[in-house]
Amino acid sequence: MSRIDRIFADARAEGRKLLMPFVVGGRPSIDAFGDVLRGAERAGASIIEVGIPFSDPIADGPVIAQAMDRAIRDGVTPAKVFDAVHAARDSLSAGLVAMVSYSVVRRWGGDAEFAARAAQAGFDGLIVPDLPVEESAELQAAASDAGLSLAMLVGPTTEPERAARIVEASTGFVYVLARAGVTGEGGQMPEMAARIADLRELTSLPIAVGFGVSSAAHVRGVVQTADAAIVGSALVRRAEAGESVEQVVGELAGGLA
Amino acid sequence: MTTDTAAPATPEEAPPRRLSEWPDERGRYGPYGGVYVPETLIPALHQLEEAFAATSGDENFWQRLRALLNDFGGRPTPLYHAERLERGIRRAAPKEHGAEIWLKREDLLHTGAHKLNNTLGQALLTKKMGKRRVIAETGAGQHGVATATAAAHFGLECTVYMGAEDARRQRLNVIRMELMGAEVVQVEAGSRTLKDATNEAMRDWMGSYETTHYILGSVVGPHPFPMIVREFQRIIGIETKAQCLRKLERLPECVVACVGGGSNAIGIFHPFIEDIDTKLIGVEAGGRSPSPGDHAAPLSLGSPGVLHGSMSYVMQDEHGQTLDAHSCSAGLDYPGVGPEHSFWKDSGRVVYEVADDTEALRAFQALAREEGIIPALETSHAIAAAMRIAPTMPKEAAIVVCCSGRGDKDVDEAARLLAERRN
Ligand SMILES: Cc1ncc(COP(=O)(O)O)c(C=O)c1O
Repeated sequence: MSRIDRIFADARAEGRKLLMPFVVGGRPSIDAFGDVLRGAERAGASIIEVGIPFSDPIADGPVIAQAMDRAIRDGVTPAKVFDAVHAARDSLSAGLVAMVSYSVVRRWGGDAEFAARAAQAGFDGLIVPDLPVEESAELQAAASDAGLSLAMLVGPTTEPERAARIVEASTGFVYVLARAGVTGEGGQMPEMAARIADLRELTSLPIAVGFGVSSAAHVRGVVQTADAAIVGSALVRRAEAGESVEQVVGELAGGLA
Repeated sequence: MTTDTAAPATPEEAPPRRLSEWPDERGRYGPYGGVYVPETLIPALHQLEEAFAATSGDENFWQRLRALLNDFGGRPTPLYHAERLERGIRRAAPKEHGAEIWLKREDLLHTGAHKLNNTLGQALLTKKMGKRRVIAETGAGQHGVATATAAAHFGLECTVYMGAEDARRQRLNVIRMELMGAEVVQVEAGSRTLKDATNEAMRDWMGSYETTHYILGSVVGPHPFPMIVREFQRIIGIETKAQCLRKLERLPECVVACVGGGSNAIGIFHPFIEDIDTKLIGVEAGGRSPSPGDHAAPLSLGSPGVLHGSMSYVMQDEHGQTLDAHSCSAGLDYPGVGPEHSFWKDSGRVVYEVADDTEALRAFQALAREEGIIPALETSHAIAAAMRIAPTMPKEAAIVVCCSGRGDKDVDEAARLLAERRN
């Protein structure tokens, strides 16, 4: 059982819902990144998504894309993020999931090599947003060999038969996109209950909802039906503006109560 | 920083398929191509694939497009014998050497480049899909202009994403797009060129595809784009072949085209791909130097990777980050290239060479002076390569160069670069 599976299983047993904040690897600096992770955990994060900076993140909106661009300009590389995660791993009990573009996976010697290095660094799972289910078999096998989960994404307009294939191919949890488009802050949260109920028919995996989840109120709405809420752009925007990740995550975690 | 040429991504056993018969059902050209996009784009790509597949039995669609290309676009474009350029080359060539040079005049197509072949086709497809808005990325502005033109013709809303640096060097085209009613969004992210404009267009499409079609401008991006753009550009090669049979009474010994994303090159090469006695030469932008970041030659100096939704040769560093590209020509200033070119490179059927900024500027001036044709700076790379190759071939041989566009848009930038070189 991977750490991700265990975290969700424990939460289910105790009737708890989870907050999964997204942070950009190496922000605000590679040296401070371990503290960011520890702060997020202290404030109530059960699983932390670490975005591996990439020059052309087409799934990401302007807030995350800019933060990644700043990281790259500061000399942050995927390898440095992995090292920082490795150094912080023992001080953390939260699950750590790398969110990474397939370009980086390919460049690091391909699926098996990348999965092995991610596991060595102390990651518990992967999300590769630009790897559709048709292309995912090899990475799924590699992740599984390395003891990592690979959560796949289901969009708001994904056809039901396709959603069935996606959840079938997922491990750890299923990442449900609240809305179409890129990551960003959404204003109104769309109604998720019916979509989540449909997905529950297809899978017993935990369901995490992200894209547009921006406030404690959104988190509260999402976890009515989902197992976890993922907050990305809203957190990254405030962190980039100088607020502490710990404080913002603490505020968002208010939505779990 | 590396410029290795590692083995292709997934070295699958290639099925016994002829070179002209790709992509396969997964949108792959050998190990290249495919679909690497966020899940939210998959329904849009499926819809596009179905709409395009439905045109294959639809005589009406292709007849309408053909009529539009002729009456609105000005097709067929001529095949012109550039005899004065040829004579100049022969004077400096070894005895009995210096091949004939023929230009396929896509610069005479309406709006001044081959891009209109694709945008009229995709705009017609947009109407078929019942969408009312189109978006596009543009580098040199030629694809943006061709998209704005097709949108005006069909009464579609149009937004064009353009890197701020490109908007500066190709200002004339910004004005043209705006005159035709398009909204031009200048992109300040990253290197502020074509790559960044493409990111923005893809992001727009993820949120808008229910009403909007993304008219991609080259044979790049996720399947089915490389295939669709190729099919709309093949008209260049189909006409060239027929014109060669009429004027030369044979196929040419060599066909040369510049390669940015690769659409004019695919358009002219594809109909010749099984004619193995015709050499096919693609010309990438060598920029300032072969150092990383100084050129736009992923096939010659890059390695396989993923960019903008497909697997292909790309310029990247050892961490998988895309490198900035550089070329004097905005239309070639792109770190990736179409997947079918990657496949053709590995197969050896097409040879890819490089012409640098200096050679391109020299060819730009030569064609203007010798022939009274001012080519686009993109096209000038192909002219430069032809001028290099012609003296090595016997004078009975013929080279066809795809004259992909005219250079009006480039005169300010070329004058600036030439002045810089004189100082
Ligand atoms: C005249 C001309 N030729 C060539 C290109 C390069 O594109 P492609 O390689 O897709 O033909 C451009 C792109 O803007 C262009 O304007």
